[in-house]
Amino acid sequence: MTTLTHPPAERPSTPTPPRRGKFPVKKVFLPLAVVLVVLFCLAPALWQLLTSVKVNEDISAVPTVYFPTRYTLSHYIELFVRRPFWRYILNSAFVSVTSTAISLAIGAPAAYALARLRPWGGKVILASILIVTLFPGILLFLGLLEIIQALHLGNNYLALIIPYTAINLPLTILVLRSFFEQLPKDLEDAAKVDGYNTWQMLLQILLPMTLPALVTTGILTFIFAWNEFIFALTFITRDEMKTIPVAAAQIGGASVFEIPYGPIAAATVLGTLPLVLLVLFFQRKIVQGLTAGAVKG
Amino acid sequence: MINLHTIRGREQRTAWVLLLPALILLLFVFAYPIGRAFWLSLFTKNLGTELQPVFSGLYNYVRMAGDGRFWQTFWTTTVFTTSSVVLELLLGMGIALVLNQKFLGRNFVRTTAILPWALPTALIGLAWAWIFNDQFGVVNDLLRRIGIISTGINWLGDPGLAMLAVILADVWKTTPFISILLLAGLQSISPDLYEAHSIDGAKPWQNFTRITLPLLMPQILIAVLFRFAQAFGIFDLIAVMTGGGPGGATEVVSLYIYSTVMRYLDFGYGAALVVVTFLLLIFAVAIASFFLSRSRAKTSRA
Repeated sequence: MTTLTHPPAERPSTPTPPRRGKFPVKKVFLPLAVVLVVLFCLAPALWQLLTSVKVNEDISAVPTVYFPTRYTLSHYIELFVRRPFWRYILNSAFVSVTSTAISLAIGAPAAYALARLRPWGGKVILASILIVTLFPGILLFLGLLEIIQALHLGNNYLALIIPYTAINLPLTILVLRSFFEQLPKDLEDAAKVDGYNTWQMLLQILLPMTLPALVTTGILTFIFAWNEFIFALTFITRDEMKTIPVAAAQIGGASVFEIPYGPIAAATVLGTLPLVLLVLFFQRKIVQGLTAGAVKG
Repeated sequence: MINLHTIRGREQRTAWVLLLPALILLLFVFAYPIGRAFWLSLFTKNLGTELQPVFSGLYNYVRMAGDGRFWQTFWTTTVFTTSSVVLELLLGMGIALVLNQKFLGRNFVRTTAILPWALPTALIGLAWAWIFNDQFGVVNDLLRRIGIISTGINWLGDPGLAMLAVILADVWKTTPFISILLLAGLQSISPDLYEAHSIDGAKPWQNFTRITLPLLMPQILIAVLFRFAQAFGIFDLIAVMTGGGPGGATEVVSLYIYSTVMRYLDFGYGAALVVVTFLLLIFAVAIASFFLSRSRAKTSRA
């Protein structure tokens, strides 16, 4: 970088470029850009929210009725009365929470080992974990389908919990490994001097300190599990076992000509709501976790 | 020395005990299915063989070479992947630059800017299918109001437009991922660099091309690498929005693999498709990581 080689002594001699009389680009364009970013990110989601509270006449009006003439919750009520929507929500919640818990329980020790104990072949393991994060589900579903059929796990929550746990493991290990590497090593040495063995030290000293990092990782794994589609579509066929993304995608009308836009919009809103709340409360943690997982790995 | 050796030995044992559950699960869910696909791709196992595997050597690969539908889906996937990743990179860079400025309510805007990324892709597909609906969709309504069109466009019913629609939906959904990574990169660039450069008389655009872009290169490459792999394997968004239609115009490789296995029950051929997709992906990743390590070496030298 040529800029770095210039001695600071040169600074005072160069006058700041004249700014007066120049069009204030930043003052005009920055607010405009900010508004555009917000519109871009929110408009499609808000449109679905608006659709979900419109009456059918408004939904199918031409030209489009932007703000509902009447608000209604009938589409939401329909989801719960005519379909087992509670079950879908519970299914999604159960599968996501369980797989998140297991992948933290298995991933945290592995991350610690990779960060601190320098196992033989650690580099190879780490490189494989990095590559594995790039595998799309379509490469795995055929092999997994055979395993699930062989073990008679079809229409069993385990058919989702096991793959979701595994799919979230690489991210869990990468994020937590970078966390452990930042922890001061003195702490562990002090604990060893005090007579703790490795296991006690892990459980009694390190675990409490790791909680914030576990929350960060857990949020990300929960999001991935909640959003997963192809495994949920393939391994679960019984209606009352379905998760929200699949159930919502399969809402159909009595005929092709009668697509229930209202209930579909309501299902979208319900299925996204938990994630919207997570983003609102944990924005910083999500950003932290994503950058730690992707960049530092 | 001996004492040291046994401590190290014990450490190794602990390390492997800690690693083992994770490794077993990863082998089970990642390595086995891929390895199994390689093996199964050497067999014909479909309705013609009454779903019994019959060894057929490289027949599935020969068949693939002459399978026009496979090449079509491969081309469609390439078009989808390149256009969405390029658009996302440009847009994501713009958003990251905006989010890196100081302004009132920045925290709120940053929160909204990651929202699309966190939402379930399948549900987002439903939302965008509704936006592009031919009769009641809001895109048609807006275009009609501006006066560009007089009758509604059948977005998802026209091959080219359906492709455009799924690309736009994917751009909306995953641009935030890129802008998050790039924003983190921007924040790690020291403001002193810009100051020194402006004193040298550099214009803002030169600041961008000479400081921001080179220093951001590792983040850009990582973001592109991740996004490339995800877009190449896209399934849920397209399955929900168009189901691969109209007439196969948006059928990407993963949709083809899925229907080969689940609809035509052609397991051997499906496995061969998995193998080829896997190899292509690995090939692309190898190229990308080569550039990544080169640009990392460059930035750390600078």
